[in-house]
Amino acid sequence: MHITRGFTGRPRVAGPGLPPGQYDAGDDWPVLSAEVTPELAPADWTFRVDGLVAEPRTWDWDEAHRLPPSAYEGAIHCVTSWSKFGVRFTGVSLDAFLDVVRPHGSATHAVAYSHTGYTTSLPLSDLTGGRAWIAWEYDGRPLAPEHGGPARLVVPHLYFWKSAKWIAGLRILDHDEPGFWEQNGYHERGNPWEEQRYSGD
Amino acid sequence: MTQAFVPPTRFAVPGRIAVNEQAASEWQTATVTEIRRETPRAATFRLAVPGWPGHLPGQHLMVRLTAEDGYAAQRHYSIASAPDDSGHVELTLDHVEGGEVSGWFHTVARPGDRVEVRGPVSGFFAWPGDRPALLVGAGSGVVPLMSMIRHHRARNLAVPLRLVVSARSPQELIYARELGAETTPVFTRSAPAGATVGRMAAAHVAPLLAEQPSGGWEAYVCGSNSFAEHASRLLVTAGQPVHRIRIERFG
Repeated sequence: MHITRGFTGRPRVAGPGLPPGQYDAGDDWPVLSAEVTPELAPADWTFRVDGLVAEPRTWDWDEAHRLPPSAYEGAIHCVTSWSKFGVRFTGVSLDAFLDVVRPHGSATHAVAYSHTGYTTSLPLSDLTGGRAWIAWEYDGRPLAPEHGGPARLVVPHLYFWKSAKWIAGLRILDHDEPGFWEQNGYHERGNPWEEQRYSGD
Repeated sequence: MTQAFVPPTRFAVPGRIAVNEQAASEWQTATVTEIRRETPRAATFRLAVPGWPGHLPGQHLMVRLTAEDGYAAQRHYSIASAPDDSGHVELTLDHVEGGEVSGWFHTVARPGDRVEVRGPVSGFFAWPGDRPALLVGAGSGVVPLMSMIRHHRARNLAVPLRLVVSARSPQELIYARELGAETTPVFTRSAPAGATVGRMAAAHVAPLLAEQPSGGWEAYVCGSNSFAEHASRLLVTAGQPVHRIRIERFG
């Protein structure tokens, strides 16, 4: 660590909610996606879970909305170093989908993929136990297309590139299969509290 | 083991560039050697990084500043310089109002100061110079695109390269002196006499898409999110395939 001459930083925000290396973006919600925002209507949205499961299944918009509603309120953290507090996503807990398809005992990981073809890989244990959602509302309103609407994955305890926008499905696997940013040098898990930004962190 | 999974849709991500994982995870000390003003709001900071492993045009690095009490702030910045600038990298930064890191660079930094960097990180936006590239940028979004243009010139590459760049005025066009025949400037607030003022439009990109080089264009879009949304739609409307548009946004 090298002290930078004359650098003091912003006045420190007190509170335990900010992971190391992050700053509070306040009301901003930067958009970071590498691809063209798709024009995807709710009527055309589907969500599939397959791979190592007892019963592969595809839900359409109305079917997914008939599952029990669930919300996340809290913070999100982007690897580019902003965090955002007091966000509220509404949708369905991923557990509700997984309860239907029943992953095999050998399942350890998942690849989440988008209607654009974006992929990201996650340990299955990060997607279960009430820690992941399929969300279609932000702050009580339909999720904007540039933020992943009509529906995105939300895994708020990991860096937000894991929370695939325009979510199309999960492939359940018995091994880790690096997704788009994981292949481009980012960390396989991405825990903000351990600053798992890049591969090898 | 299950089969390797290929998603059923587009976003093909051709030409993935392998990232040097060791370089991406190790902080190095960089020394500011030169500061050049580009526009009233933007300046270029030249850094000597003795252990720099090299980069490709379009890649970025992470900068970390550390305060005396141990507080550290880190940001991603696109690299402006060409890869052949051995042992040095250049960053061109906007002076962001209230910017914690860019503010330090613009108001405190002077030659001899040391910061920490690591990288290059991420290869998605990189252009190794292997295919025709259509570059579309606005404001400081031109920075990684300039690295590509400089690379193209330094290596005297024959592969087609075009830049459409938007700025508020000629005075705010970063690298104005360096841009040449490959560039179509678009001015949104004020323009030289005889030139039109307005937002980037289909008329700016359609002629470039009409002159399809062999193998087609790889499009690289960089700018604010609203610009990236606008420009990527212009490209799609003009016939550029969605899976051959790479976008780098900053908010």
